[in-house]
Amino acid sequence: MLTINKTITNGKGVFALEGRLDTNTSVELDAALSPVLDGLDELVFDLGKLEYISSAGLRVLLAAHKSLSKKGGMKVTNVNEMIMEIFEVTGFSDILTIE
Amino acid sequence: MNSETENFDVLTVKAELNNLSEVQSFIDERLESAGCSMKAQIQIDVAVEEIYVNICHYAYKDKGVNGDAAIRMRIDDGVAEIVFEDSGIPYDPLSNKEPDVTLPADKREIGGLGIFITRKTMDEVKYKYIDGKNQLTLCKKI
Repeated sequence: MLTINKTITNGKGVFALEGRLDTNTSVELDAALSPVLDGLDELVFDLGKLEYISSAGLRVLLAAHKSLSKKGGMKVTNVNEMIMEIFEVTGFSDILTIE
Repeated sequence: MNSETENFDVLTVKAELNNLSEVQSFIDERLESAGCSMKAQIQIDVAVEEIYVNICHYAYKDKGVNGDAAIRMRIDDGVAEIVFEDSGIPYDPLSNKEPDVTLPADKREIGGLGIFITRKTMDEVKYKYIDGKNQLTLCKKI
């Protein structure tokens, strides 16, 4: 189960994720993100209520990060200890802008 | 009964992605009753997802129809042992080259991360092909 709270204001997108970002739900995130990605200058993922992420979820974050890298960039916020450890193991902690 | 089959609980499902939550619940229930730490449980969940999803995507690709995946689990002396079995194409995920996790974003490949995370977070990952079956075992102290 993943809940995606999406807010877009003047080219800045905020996606607050709640629940599990796994192989199945990452498809839902991709579907929510793809249609708006080109129009965004900045993107923030609020992971405060994210309990779980697998490599499928990391792939969506990486693709979004690449897509925004030539624009205003992408940030992830409120990363909990568990998610941070997955970011560290995979080197994502060096790639992503984590606040 | 020999040590290979002793004390295992077994779940057999059709190797399809919509059975992922059933597979994870099967594992979680047993980890929770054994008092597993939340950290180890999430690491095991992630590893289980990576291995199971690999089976769903690749094991029966040549047949056009998905066969079964059997998941056996036991917790013995504080160590969780989870064995995945499928009768699909012989495939050793441990034979893949490890991704370079030090590369910057624009050089990063999208694949190979799942098995990499699994190897990093589990204490032991073993593969064998036996009696026409792929058998992948995860061990983790909980």
